Amino acid sequence: MDHSQSKRKPFVRPVKKSWWLKDRFYILYMLREGTSLLVAIYAVILMVGLLRLSQGEVAFNGWLAALTHPLSILLHLAVLAACAFHAKTWFALAPKAMRIFKGDELIPEKPIIMAQYIGLAGASLVVLLFVLLA
Amino acid sequence: MADMIEIEILRYRPEEDNEPWLQTFQVPYRHEMSVLEALSYIKDELDSTVSFRWSCRMAICGSCGMMVNGVPKLGCKTFLRDYIPGKITLEPLRNFPIERDLVVDMSDFIEKLESIKPYIIPKEEKSVCEGEYIQTPAQLAKFRQFSMCINCGLCYSACPQYGLKKSFMGPAALALLYRYNADSRDGGQAARMKILNQEKGVWSCTFVGYCSEVCPKGVDPAAAIQLGKVESAKDYVIAMFKPEE
Repeated sequence: MDHSQSKRKPFVRPVKKSWWLKDRFYILYMLREGTSLLVAIYAVILMVGLLRLSQGEVAFNGWLAALTHPLSILLHLAVLAACAFHAKTWFALAPKAMRIFKGDELIPEKPIIMAQYIGLAGASLVVLLFVLLA
Repeated sequence: MADMIEIEILRYRPEEDNEPWLQTFQVPYRHEMSVLEALSYIKDELDSTVSFRWSCRMAICGSCGMMVNGVPKLGCKTFLRDYIPGKITLEPLRNFPIERDLVVDMSDFIEKLESIKPYIIPKEEKSVCEGEYIQTPAQLAKFRQFSMCINCGLCYSACPQYGLKKSFMGPAALALLYRYNADSRDGGQAARMKILNQEKGVWSCTFVGYCSEVCPKGVDPAAAIQLGKVESAKDYVIAMFKPEE
């Protein structure tokens, strides 16, 4: 077919850098992905702690003292909030990656999501007992 | 006099315009009126040059997808009453080139749908005399939901990854791919896994999840893609232990 006389002129809308600011769903998605930055910072802090431990008691105590700084506590609270938010979104999405059938029926999302919270509570309890009894 | 509602339409007439522009219409409001009916009113009574696609008026044909106040929706399944008071802005589906007014060029999406071999490839050919390919309700349940797609393209408009990278296969095509791979009568998995395993296959998906949110038929393409990732990972590990061919 000859298209040389075509009046077609499809218009492609550019994707702006601010695309994710237009919709609440996208903002929450970017927040979810953004939590990884805070978790990465936390991992670096832990690794520095490990390094200081290998350098002896004085070095390690210095690292422990630095953790009690108000800014450090503030950062840890932010990391905790980020992890909690990420866990919530992860729990909510997990049923999509695992379809469990009971006979011909797909098990609904809610029990799977709840099971993860119960698992989290159980694991937290074990860690708490370990810390208190150790 | 009937109550009026303000409807803005993003116009683009390729023979006259260099870029899209907004035109405002006043439409008499009725409680049961859909966005598609409002568009018909505009075309019949106010401006016959407004272009939009439609056919069935009951969320089956998948023709009338458009952005309603920035959200991908079917015009026939969206009602004016849910936007009262306030105005409605209609734009062509995001992430697709605009052909004219609310009509977009979907050929990229259609080519992707075709490329995933969207048909049953029997494990072994049977003649008609040998009877049907039998399937149990449990086997049907494994993929039925993913076969409900009407190819409206709303999920492609919802997907920022497709917007940023057009080579991504996208939600509907990957959901359809999963639908055939999960079909007990099908034997085409090996060929389709090659498409699914690629960077532009399931691995371009970052699980935004908006595709499933906007799907008017409850297909849940995000779930199909995550299940596809599980299958792709399994495929990769199994291939490591297989002798070289």
